[in-house]
Amino acid sequence: MAGLLDKRLVYVTGKGGVGKTTVAAALGLAAARAGKRTVICEVAEQQRISRAFGHEAAGFTETEVAQNLHAFSIDPEKAKEEWLRHQLRSGALAGVLGQSRIFSYLTAAAPGLAEVITMGKIWELAQLRRRTAKAAPYDLVIVDAPATGHGLALLRAPRTFADIARKGPIRNHAEAIHSFTANAAVTGVLAVALAEEMPVNETIDLENRLAQEMGMALSAVLVNGVLPERFSGADAKAMNAAQGAGSPAAREALTAALRAHERARSQRSQVARLKRGVEARVSTLPFLLTPEVDREGLESLSVEVARKL
Amino acid sequence: MSPRPSGGVGDLIARKQVVICAGSGGVGKTTVSAAIATGAAALGKKAAVLTIDPARRLADSLGLPELGNEERQVEMDSDGELWAMMLDAKRTFDDLVDTYSPDEQTRRAVLDNPIYRELSNAVAGSQEFMAMEKLHELHQEGNYDLLVLDTPPTRNALDFLDAPRRLARFVDSRSLTFFRASSKLSLGIMGRGTGVLFSVMKKATGVDLLEDVAEFFRSFSHMTDGFRERAARVDALIRDSRTTFLLVTSPRSAAIEEAQHFHRKLQSEGLPFGGVIVNRVREPVRAKPAPELESELAQMLDQALAAKVARNLSEHRALAERDALNIERLRGRPGRKPILTVPELSGDVHDLAGLEQLKEHLFAPGALLK
Repeated sequence: MAGLLDKRLVYVTGKGGVGKTTVAAALGLAAARAGKRTVICEVAEQQRISRAFGHEAAGFTETEVAQNLHAFSIDPEKAKEEWLRHQLRSGALAGVLGQSRIFSYLTAAAPGLAEVITMGKIWELAQLRRRTAKAAPYDLVIVDAPATGHGLALLRAPRTFADIARKGPIRNHAEAIHSFTANAAVTGVLAVALAEEMPVNETIDLENRLAQEMGMALSAVLVNGVLPERFSGADAKAMNAAQGAGSPAAREALTAALRAHERARSQRSQVARLKRGVEARVSTLPFLLTPEVDREGLESLSVEVARKL
Repeated sequence: MSPRPSGGVGDLIARKQVVICAGSGGVGKTTVSAAIATGAAALGKKAAVLTIDPARRLADSLGLPELGNEERQVEMDSDGELWAMMLDAKRTFDDLVDTYSPDEQTRRAVLDNPIYRELSNAVAGSQEFMAMEKLHELHQEGNYDLLVLDTPPTRNALDFLDAPRRLARFVDSRSLTFFRASSKLSLGIMGRGTGVLFSVMKKATGVDLLEDVAEFFRSFSHMTDGFRERAARVDALIRDSRTTFLLVTSPRSAAIEEAQHFHRKLQSEGLPFGGVIVNRVREPVRAKPAPELESELAQMLDQALAAKVARNLSEHRALAERDALNIERLRGRPGRKPILTVPELSGDVHDLAGLEQLKEHLFAPGALLK
């Protein structure tokens, strides 16, 4: 995974519910601590990143949430206006078109145009020369991307669109984005998984589809929420032998311990299956007991992420 | 058929013909959907589950090939029948084009159009719409007592509700008129306002794209009435009193928040809400915390192991209490929603035995929280 923080853009994806936002936030903290001016970009309009850092929703403004670390959330409407202003080099014309019902039909009809505009904003954030007036460049942009299927479609959108548009300004723009996001020297894709059947399958599938559809390799896989291997095989034997004896509390404690052992074992075999199934390096992150991932939890997770990088 | 006595989910789906399972990603929607259909079959119904992209082992265990847009019967020992199918969004869309094309020429023009090819390939919400569409088609055919739809994992889990209306807007006559008029040949006869708009758009997007879109709308216009009517019927089906939405969530707070958001959305849309299924709930620890537990364990196990077992229990207790709090928060104030909890089962559910186990929990009498 060496060098993931040296990329300009890291795209974080994985199955729904695996903790992409948490990992993206922890990665952002790790990068900021390493001295990188970093922005975490959300695309789902949930504004979970800025809230995790105890800030008001960042919205479509680059907001500093920790030292060296910014949060940003892409609003498709605002991204569209900004894109039109740049494309037409005229605020007035952009206003006319942005308000037009017909143009909103075009964005609905032309498959992937809305996605290209979103990717265009991500690309813009990652440029050393920013289009946005007075905006300072970032060393690293981390994208908290949608779940695997939609995430891949978003990443692929500029190329898809370049093919459809054949020639013209959108095509040039889409090609510029694609040549940046498909370039392994500047862009990395980080998959987040859980040590369970379906997330493991989806991660293996993601690596294959990235290669087939984008000619890209997965940079790394982080398996989130891995339970400690607290009990050895010998422990399990001893606990099994003792089962059924003692007070109700003792019986409950033994059952819970045996279940925990069982789950940790099943997780271990899923991690092993994942390692066999993908070429990318697979690392694990520990299960956190902290209630909701808050600032403190993120700090400790970010240390873990940095250690595994 | 008359509802047989059952419990849990059985009470929520009695007299229903369509069950739509919705929720955020990773909460076990697919397995819950399959288990509900399994339970309905066990109650003597002919039930079908429509799913998208289940884990391969679940597909294997249900006897489904990787991609098939046809229902298959799952071999199982029950009074009813269990059928399952995996949705193929592109093929469903193509089938619709087949149905509504007036002639072969139109059909080919649409299917070969680059805009259509990308559109039907699971962008712009077409996967969501096609899931609803297939549901409607199967309901029309009337071969099943119960249809269970496992909704696609959309970005915000709500997109699919808007899918029928989005399609209706998409084929709205005004946009069609504009794009039909905006072809190269007819540029001259357009109204001045439209002409200006078109040239601004050309500057922003390039002319090829606009022509492809115009071409797509031209060939598609022969089918718009059919599509619009279809979208309206899908919309009517999801509002029908024989349809029910079940929200599936995990007890973790992010998923619970999403479920609450979804519940509000269903209410504001006036859609039929059945209840919430909270999946994978950690089982509460019944024994009260006691300092003497570790010394009692130390008489049965060696000291170090006894300490680990005691610590494991207290951690488990904390997590289970957190789950319970989150569920309480979900139940909310008066007008409590029907809520059903499923304990965390050992191991993933990915075969018929696992589904059977999940089904037992879902349909257990008294499974609904009082």
